[in-house]
Amino acid sequence: MAGLRARRARRQAAFRWTVLAVMAVFFLLPLAAMVEFTTRGDSGTWSLLADWPRLSETYPDLADGIVASLGQASLTALLMLVLLVPTAIWVRLRLPGLRPLVEFICLLPLTIPAIVLVVGLAPVYAWVNYFLGGSSLTLTFAYTILVLPYAYRAIDAGLSAIDVKTLAEAARGLGANWFTVMARVVLPNIRSAVLSAAFLTVALVLGEFTIASLLNRTNLQVAINFLGKSSATMSVAVSLAALILAFVLLLLLSLFGDRRKASR
Amino acid sequence: MATATEDPDLLAPVPRVRAPRRGLRVRSIRSLLGTVPFFAYVTIFLIIPTLVVAIGAFAGDGGFTLDNVTALGQSYVLDAFGRSIALSAITAVIGAVLGAVLAYALATARPGGLLRRVVTAASGVLAQFGGVTLAFAFLATIGLSGFVTVFLRDHLGVDIYSGGVWLFEFPGLALVYTYFQIPLMVIVFLPALDGIRPQWREATESLGGTTWQYWTRVAGPLLAPAFLGSTLLLFANAFSAYATAAALVSQGNPIVPLQIRSALTSEVILGQQNLGKAMALGMVLVVAVVMALYALLQKRTARWLG
Amino acid sequence: MNGVAVHLNDLRRTFGAVHALDGLDLHIEPGELIALLGPSGCGKTTALRILAGLEDADGGRVLVGGKDITGLPANRRDMGMVFQAYSLFPHLTALENVQFGLKLRKRAGGDRAAAMLELVGISAHAARYPHQLSGGQQQRVALARALAIEPQVLLLDEPLSALDAKVRVQLRDEIRRIQTEVGTTTLFVTHDQEEALAIADRVGVMRAGRLEQLAAPAEVYLRPASAFVADFVGLSNRLPGRLDGDEVVVLGTRLPLVRRAAGGPEVTALVRPESVGVVPDPAGDARVLSTAFLGPTSRVTIEIGESVVVAQVGGELLAELAVGTPVRLSLRPVPVALEV
Repeated sequence: MAGLRARRARRQAAFRWTVLAVMAVFFLLPLAAMVEFTTRGDSGTWSLLADWPRLSETYPDLADGIVASLGQASLTALLMLVLLVPTAIWVRLRLPGLRPLVEFICLLPLTIPAIVLVVGLAPVYAWVNYFLGGSSLTLTFAYTILVLPYAYRAIDAGLSAIDVKTLAEAARGLGANWFTVMARVVLPNIRSAVLSAAFLTVALVLGEFTIASLLNRTNLQVAINFLGKSSATMSVAVSLAALILAFVLLLLLSLFGDRRKASR
Repeated sequence: MATATEDPDLLAPVPRVRAPRRGLRVRSIRSLLGTVPFFAYVTIFLIIPTLVVAIGAFAGDGGFTLDNVTALGQSYVLDAFGRSIALSAITAVIGAVLGAVLAYALATARPGGLLRRVVTAASGVLAQFGGVTLAFAFLATIGLSGFVTVFLRDHLGVDIYSGGVWLFEFPGLALVYTYFQIPLMVIVFLPALDGIRPQWREATESLGGTTWQYWTRVAGPLLAPAFLGSTLLLFANAFSAYATAAALVSQGNPIVPLQIRSALTSEVILGQQNLGKAMALGMVLVVAVVMALYALLQKRTARWLG
Repeated sequence: MNGVAVHLNDLRRTFGAVHALDGLDLHIEPGELIALLGPSGCGKTTALRILAGLEDADGGRVLVGGKDITGLPANRRDMGMVFQAYSLFPHLTALENVQFGLKLRKRAGGDRAAAMLELVGISAHAARYPHQLSGGQQQRVALARALAIEPQVLLLDEPLSALDAKVRVQLRDEIRRIQTEVGTTTLFVTHDQEEALAIADRVGVMRAGRLEQLAAPAEVYLRPASAFVADFVGLSNRLPGRLDGDEVVVLGTRLPLVRRAAGGPEVTALVRPESVGVVPDPAGDARVLSTAFLGPTSRVTIEIGESVVVAQVGGELLAELAVGTPVRLSLRPVPVALEV
């Protein structure tokens, strides 16, 4: 038998693996270079990085940056959840006419680059400084805006996947008030979407540089950049660690998200 | 059995209920109240900054002025816009082509398989994670004492920086930008590739079409809007990028975002700050036009491949 | 245009451990419409796709018009195919879709395409795009597109399965009318037995990669070759009977057999609901368990002895057959099959 289709499938597989191999080299090369760079000689970079007390002593700015980023990531995720999830559900259920407006606003940050936003944020943050001080954690307010497009898209997709209107009507018919509907009927059913939004938020916040740097605050990326001027090896090591952490985060997200979908 | 027109129940008048108008209005107001926190927050941290930029671009010592906007016509500003556009266009096209090829390779793999998941996650990281970390990755690779630089010098006698250190200038930016443009293309274009139904290929074959005819008459036209739209998105992405350039370039401000940085951080007269706002406004206009075109193309794509 | 003969000889196809096709032999006469009928996984779609060249067979041959085309790629087989869904190219209008095959052959195609759209009854929508057409309209265009290139063989892979019930009935009659008019040899795959019986010249019932029976619709229905066919095509009651020579005694009635059978004397006879007569009788030994009003007919489930029988009665008789009514059953002397 000719096996024509088997031949074509094989050619496609050959093409696929060639492309992936070439791309793999291109994309893994810098990562390999980072490993090589940070393990030259016996600089002890990695052992230092793993040792938090020594790290905070030797590179206090870096330690501050890392702590600040972790705080910002958690607070932004929290603020995003508190602000966006109820609003998204509420608009879906009670104000469907407002949905296009909310969607437009949530996608607006995609059109307004961070570098532009920070120009306009400076006066707003003057007020924030006045009321709340100049801590790096106040960047949460700006970051929540930055993550709006991605978080909204994730939550909106989750709400579209379940028939929110019918669920709400069924619950209301059984006597639930709006709060119960949102908290005990809708929310449990969009858990994976909400989790996805949280993961994306964390990844984005950990990678943010523009606003932190231009508002004269610190975070992980700012600290790495600053460190680059004094210790190239350590900055490269932290960069690599951050990249790997983000990768693991997103991989977990895709695996976890799919498993929840499959269990339905 | 009585027929429908004789059934007394069906002929009874349906009682009409009029909803109290006052009650209706009260309910809508209460509904709207629920969205107040969101809108208030967005107003403070998104709308107001946008207005600051938009209005500030036309603000001067004596109120409304076009000085800032005309100042955009200065050669160094125009050069920066030109370089920004060139950098964005070049990396968008290269990223689009190479990214499309990579996306196609992925699309032919098993849909739920590990390979696709890993590559998609990796693309997510590289596309959006941190310009700073990428810049340092490249420093470690082809920086002055980077792995590849040293390797080429020691083993092949080639000094890639003999003509000047291009890594911190336009060519270097282009190379590093491509590094995150390709993964972004994969993320954005892969869904369109997934929307290509196998039936279209099979229908083409059964009607007598060759592989070439399939790509030029069916798959090509169907993917064209998605490809174009994705390229535009890549353009907007490169145009808006700041962190990578900020980390790599320490001398001079070749592109607009770096010009804005210098306008923000330089302690000069008020006029210079508002020039920064004018540049920011210019950036927003460019990106807005590109994104509007992208949205139009997306509608076409969604209709065919959704 | 007169059709050609199609022969599928001893086709085999395995996916891992599953035998999708296990030695399939099928001969289609020129101009004939054969419906391949069977449950999911029986191999009917695989057979069609191998004929189309969209899948490779692991063994066996495909002959069209006397020529062995087993090794020929799909785009050189000159066949028209209609898919279950996503048949049409979304970026082309209905007319352009139909012209597609003609343009590939470097023919202008405008006239023929228009004629084809007229044939399938959709000229009014020639300038519309697929997303502007209903499911039924899209399949009409798909049919026109397949016929436009004057194929030797027309292949239909469950073309009506994705459509609404009423559209399905309407369109299947249209397909039959068009196929008869054009005269192309046609293979029609479906899992809907009513569809197969209604339009085919012959019906091929498949199970587990093999043909159980290939015969005219009436033959398949009235003289099923096996218990599987009797069960899959129409409803069957399983009733205990006693084999007696060329006949079987069921519920006290002597019934002829569809074919001679060995074994017995205790056998299970397969009796169609419409062969069961029901009469209310206070002295009857059967009782009505439940009824279902289906419009023109009704289905009555009856308990007799240890067996449960489903009978089909006229709608107007239902009033007399309330649940619990004692009834008397009689069996019409039509041939029955035996469960082997």
